[in-house]
Amino acid sequence: MTDLSLGGRTRPDRDRVLRLLQDYGVHLGVAVLLLVNIAFTPHFLSAENFRTQAVQVAPVLIVALGMALAIGSEGVDLSVGSVMALSTSLLSLYLGYGMWIALLVAVLGGIAVGVANGALIAYIGVQPIVATLALMVAGRGLALVLLPQLKDVRDPTMASLGSGDLLGIPYLVLIAVALALLVAFVVRRTTFGRQLLAIGDSRPAARLAGLPVRRVLILVYVCSGALAAIAGVLATARLTASDPTSLGNLMELSAITAVVVGGTPLSGGRVRIGGTVAGAVLIQLLTATLIKHDLPPSWTQIAQAVVIILAVYAARERGRR
Amino acid sequence: MTVDTESPVRPASTLTEDEPLGATRSERLSALAQQHGALVTLVIAVLAAWLSFDTFMTADNMQNMAVSSAFLAVVALGMTFVIITGGIDLSVGSLFALGGVLAAWGSQYGTAVALLLPLAVCGLIGLVNGLLIARSRLAPFIVTLAALLGARGILLAVTDEGSKTYLVDKDSFFATLGQGKLLGVGAPVWITVGLFVAGAVVLRRSRFGQYVYAVGGNEDAAALMGAPVARTKTAVYTLSGLCAGLAGALNAAWLASGVTILGSGMELEAISAVVIGGTLLSGGFGFLSGSLVGVLLLKVIQNVINQIGSLDSAYQQVVSGGFLAVVVVAQTWLGRRRRVL
Repeated sequence: MTDLSLGGRTRPDRDRVLRLLQDYGVHLGVAVLLLVNIAFTPHFLSAENFRTQAVQVAPVLIVALGMALAIGSEGVDLSVGSVMALSTSLLSLYLGYGMWIALLVAVLGGIAVGVANGALIAYIGVQPIVATLALMVAGRGLALVLLPQLKDVRDPTMASLGSGDLLGIPYLVLIAVALALLVAFVVRRTTFGRQLLAIGDSRPAARLAGLPVRRVLILVYVCSGALAAIAGVLATARLTASDPTSLGNLMELSAITAVVVGGTPLSGGRVRIGGTVAGAVLIQLLTATLIKHDLPPSWTQIAQAVVIILAVYAARERGRR
Repeated sequence: MTVDTESPVRPASTLTEDEPLGATRSERLSALAQQHGALVTLVIAVLAAWLSFDTFMTADNMQNMAVSSAFLAVVALGMTFVIITGGIDLSVGSLFALGGVLAAWGSQYGTAVALLLPLAVCGLIGLVNGLLIARSRLAPFIVTLAALLGARGILLAVTDEGSKTYLVDKDSFFATLGQGKLLGVGAPVWITVGLFVAGAVVLRRSRFGQYVYAVGGNEDAAALMGAPVARTKTAVYTLSGLCAGLAGALNAAWLASGVTILGSGMELEAISAVVIGGTLLSGGFGFLSGSLVGVLLLKVIQNVINQIGSLDSAYQQVVSGGFLAVVVVAQTWLGRRRRVL
C-alpha cells in the first residue's frame, strides 16, 4: 500500500476514539438496536421473543465461529452453506441406524469437506476462495444427490434437541454458547490458536519460524466444516425436516457478515470471537427490527449490505497499519 | 484478499507469451497446457457428446446451447477484466437478475429505455463497487458481497418482494434482440461475439488493457510506472456491472419477461468459467478467448448431463464443482512449474 495517511499520526485522540469505535462499534450497535426496540417495538421485551431471536441466531453463530477461524488464517470458507445441506442429507439418511450414529456421520461429512478444502489450500496452494467455491458447488450437488427432496425428520430425540430447553434456555442456544466459549479458548489459549493467528499474519514468516503451516490450515478448515455440519444438524432438529435444497442457502454470506462486522479483519492475523457473537446478534436484531415494523424483506438485505460496508470501512485504517 | 506467498512479484509482461530463452520442452508444454487445456478439453467433450448422443449435434440443441451460453459469456467478459486486475466481483448474479427485471419493466417505454435503464443502474452499482475498492481500498470480495445483497434487495423492492413479473411485448424491437435470428444464429450470440471481439481488442491493443494487466501483475509497480491504478480498478468494476446488466437485459428479451429468481449462483459460474479458461485469480495473466471456452465447456457439461435423462440435475453441480477443483489444481501445478523459469 503506497498511500500513507498522516492524519492518524498527528491527531492521537481522534485515533484512539476511532480505534475504540472499531473494536466496540458492534457492541454499541447491538446496544442501540436493543434500546430502540425496547422503546418502539411492542412486545419486544418478552421471554418468548428473546427465545425466538436466540434460537434463530444460534446456527448462524455456530457457522460464523468456524468462519472466524478461516478468516483469521487469511482465508475464507464459502462451502459452509453446502456443508449444512450435506449434513442434513446425511442425517436423515442415517437416522434409521439411531440418532447418535446419524449425528456422527453428519459431522464426519462436514469434516471430510473440511479436509478437502484444507488439502487444496495447504498442499496444492489453491486460493481459499476458489477451493471452497468448488466444494460449495459440489457439496450442494452431493447433498441433493443423496436426498433429492424435503424429508420430514420424525425422531423424538431430534425434536427435543431442536425445541427443548434446560432451565428455560433452549438447547440450541446452550450449544452455541458452549461452542463460542470453546472456540474463544482455542484461539486464545492453545498452541493451535497461536499458530493460526501467526499464519494469518504472515504465512511466509510462519513457515520460516518452523510452524506446521499445512497441518494448521487443514485443521482450520476441518473446524469450519465440523461447525457448519453441527449447525446443519441443529437447524434440521429445529425445523424437524431435512431440506437440502434450501438449508444453508446464503449462509456463507451471513457468517462472513457476522465475522467482519464483529471486527475480525479480512487480512487475517486476528480473530475476535466476542465480536463475532455480537455481529451475529446485530444482524439478527436488525432483521427482526425491520420485520417487526412491517418493512419488507428487501429492506433487510439493503440494510445488511450497508452495515457490511460501514463495518469494513470503519476497520480499513487498522488493516493498513 | 489472499496473497500469493509463493511469488509476491509476478511479471506483468505475461501478455505476450514469449518464453524465455532456454525454456525446456516440458516447461513449454506446461505453459501450453495452461493456456489451451480448456480448449482441448472442450473439443474432447464435444466429440464425446457427439458420439454418445444422437440429440447432441442437432441444430436445435446447438442453437439452445449457444444462446444460453451467450448470457453467461457476457457476464464472464466483465469478470475476466476484474480477475486480471487481481480482484473479484461477486455481485454479478444479482446485477444480472436486476438488469433483467429493469429491462422488462423499461420495455413498455421502448427499446432505448429497456436497454439504458439496466445499463445505468447496474453500471452505477459497479461504479460504487469500484470506488469503494479503488479509492477506499476495501477488499473486493467483501464490497461486492455487500453489493450482491444490496442489488437483490433493490430487485425485491421493485418487484413487490419478488411477486411481480414484468413481461416484454413479444412484437417489440427489444424482444427481437433476444429472440431474433440472423443467418440462423440467435441475436444474443451475435451480440456476444461482437462484445468479445471488442473486449479482446481493448484488452490487448489499448492503453487501458495494458493498465489492466499492469495493475494485476503488481499494483505498486504499476503505480510507480505512472499507471492510473485507482481509475483502472474503478473502470473494471464498472465494466463488470455494465456487462452483468446487459446480459440480464438480453436474457429478459429472450425469455420475454424479467424473471426475479434468476442469477443466483451465476457469479460462481462466471468465476469458474474464467478460471477454467486459464485466467489466473492472482491477477496479471488471462485472456478473453479462454473465458469464452470456459463458458462453453460448462454449458456442454450441463447439456450432456441433461441428455442423460435419468441423471438428476444435482449431478451437474457435483460434476461442475469437481471439474473446477481439478482445473484449479492443474493450473496451480502448471503455474508452479512456470514459476521456476
